[in-house]
Amino acid sequence: MSTRTLPLLFLNLGGEMLYILDQRLRAQSIPGEKARKGERRSLFVFAVMNDIISAMFKKNFIEELFKPQDLYSKKALRTVYDRLAHTSIMRLNQASMDKLYDLMTMAFKYQVLLCPRPRDILLVTFNHLDAIKDFISDSPGILNQVDETFRQLIETYNCLSDGEFQLIRQTLLIFFQDMHIRVSIFLKDKVQNSNGRFVLPISGPVPWGTEVPGLIRIFNHKGVEVKRAEFTTAGNYSTPQKEGSFELYGDRVLKLGTNMYSVTRPVETHMAGSSKNLASQAKENIVPNPLAKEELNFLARLLGGLDIQKPAGGETGFRLNLFTTDEEEEHAAQTRPEELSYKVINIEATQEPGRREELSRILGELEVAEPRPGSAEKGEDLLALMDGL
Amino acid sequence: QAAWCEFPSRVLLVLTSQLGVQMYESDGSTMVFWHALDVPEHPAAHSVFARGIAAAGGRFVCVGTSSGAVLVFDIPPKGTNVTLSEVLEQHRDPITDIAAEQGQAPDGAGDLVTADDSGTLCLWSTGEEFTLLGKIPGSGCTCSSVTLWNGIVAAGYGNGQIRLWEAGSGRIRAQVNAHARWIYALDLAPLSGKLLSGAEDSFVHVWQLSRNPDTDDIEIRHCHAERVTDTQVCGARFCDPAGDTFAVTGYDLSEILCYGPA
Repeated sequence: MSTRTLPLLFLNLGGEMLYILDQRLRAQSIPGEKARKGERRSLFVFAVMNDIISAMFKKNFIEELFKPQDLYSKKALRTVYDRLAHTSIMRLNQASMDKLYDLMTMAFKYQVLLCPRPRDILLVTFNHLDAIKDFISDSPGILNQVDETFRQLIETYNCLSDGEFQLIRQTLLIFFQDMHIRVSIFLKDKVQNSNGRFVLPISGPVPWGTEVPGLIRIFNHKGVEVKRAEFTTAGNYSTPQKEGSFELYGDRVLKLGTNMYSVTRPVETHMAGSSKNLASQAKENIVPNPLAKEELNFLARLLGGLDIQKPAGGETGFRLNLFTTDEEEEHAAQTRPEELSYKVINIEATQEPGRREELSRILGELEVAEPRPGSAEKGEDLLALMDGL
Repeated sequence: QAAWCEFPSRVLLVLTSQLGVQMYESDGSTMVFWHALDVPEHPAAHSVFARGIAAAGGRFVCVGTSSGAVLVFDIPPKGTNVTLSEVLEQHRDPITDIAAEQGQAPDGAGDLVTADDSGTLCLWSTGEEFTLLGKIPGSGCTCSSVTLWNGIVAAGYGNGQIRLWEAGSGRIRAQVNAHARWIYALDLAPLSGKLLSGAEDSFVHVWQLSRNPDTDDIEIRHCHAERVTDTQVCGARFCDPAGDTFAVTGYDLSEILCYGPA
């Protein structure tokens, strides 16, 4: 398996997460809101996106990411995104975080699967980065960090062969194997079947460098073409117009990896009967991975170094709901099949004496105020927060 | 990867992975031999793995590696005394596939072909010492799978093409725009010369190879297409030596699909 897969996995999943958060932050409307508060709301969205993107592209984090290494386990990776989502004043319940992660992973799985050439996975990554740069176009400091990462991607990956990219692609597909969560936006657009499997089209442009199937050319022993024949299949392919750009700026041509969410489209996932091979997935969750705690310590150390925003005046952070109502979120948490729970590892600060101090320090930095009873009104929290800005 | 290696007196199951090569008795009961690859202590930028398996010369198992080296193991008629007899170092890119002659090789043509990530093909004659007979340079496209029959090399490429090469001269004899995506698997039915190709475009095709012994014309004809809807085909193999039935596997598919005459 390829040891250069983690940066692509992390950046693309991160990109999808930002698309979803951006859509939900804008869509989550407060009844009776005044126009004045509307302005502050967009400031607020801006702040949340800024904080998360800044954390994602922190120099030391990116440096570690690009070191040749095996992929993290699903659990370890999920925990990274948990922490990342909470580097701003936004808060997500377990159910919303689960849904967010489901959407992120299924979206990227779809993109990897449908990449025309193995190399196009880089174009998908560039599409995500282009969009991220758009989100923070007003913050030159963070923009610089993203550009640096862009350059490092180009330096590391542009020279790889097709064979190496195919190995990366295979590593990613193995990571996503047997995940068949149904996503309503995919079902509606007919890119996913009701059994959770993605639709593989047999029409459209062939990958750059591939010929449209059908032609057979025969040569004699002198190398001269002596015969041509054609065969037909159900496919209906066409020749591509141009190749996507692998430069810092350029037309990527490929649409995979661009933002498919708009404010008006709600995004739902369906849990029931979503995957046949739960046995293998469940086994992965049950058998403890001795390395998992090691990975977490490392990641926790890195993320522990970040400035964690504490909400102003001890108020609770703004709680984002990925469902349309609180009741839905509650219901989702209760009905989530056991096999599909992510079982996020909790760091045991008491385990190894040597690490105890450092871990406690990190956990202390990460601690956020628990929601106060009585402040259950979403609207109240938000308004109070706005006044504090 | 996994492959059956057939010899006059025994059949071995050979497995390749990131750790190396393992060989088992055909009923899976005992491990006959294992060869560990040199794995660096800290993960290096270049992956380490073994890939490409073929039984050759009635006595050898050839396995490719990510460094481009091909390991040749000498297999005793019975027992576990397998030895590494040779390391062939002609490829500079990771080996993708290896195939042995399944029919009758014409004079001068080799009986083994090895392929790599760059599309380079090497032709060998097997024996106590393997001899390189010829090299077909790659043209920038990965050769993902290869078969050898009656001196015809059939090679499948990452850009969806199948090319036929003449093993003796190294010349190209046919070029087929066969698939719209990366070809994952090629298999050959030695009794009939049927060729099976499976690719990420979800199609499986059956072709007919032919070689006229007098005129030396080499031809390929399309016989049949199967669409495995919404599945990226990862494996395709004939189930009988005449090529009347075949089996297919795909990504995210827990079933093996079998196809046969109506």
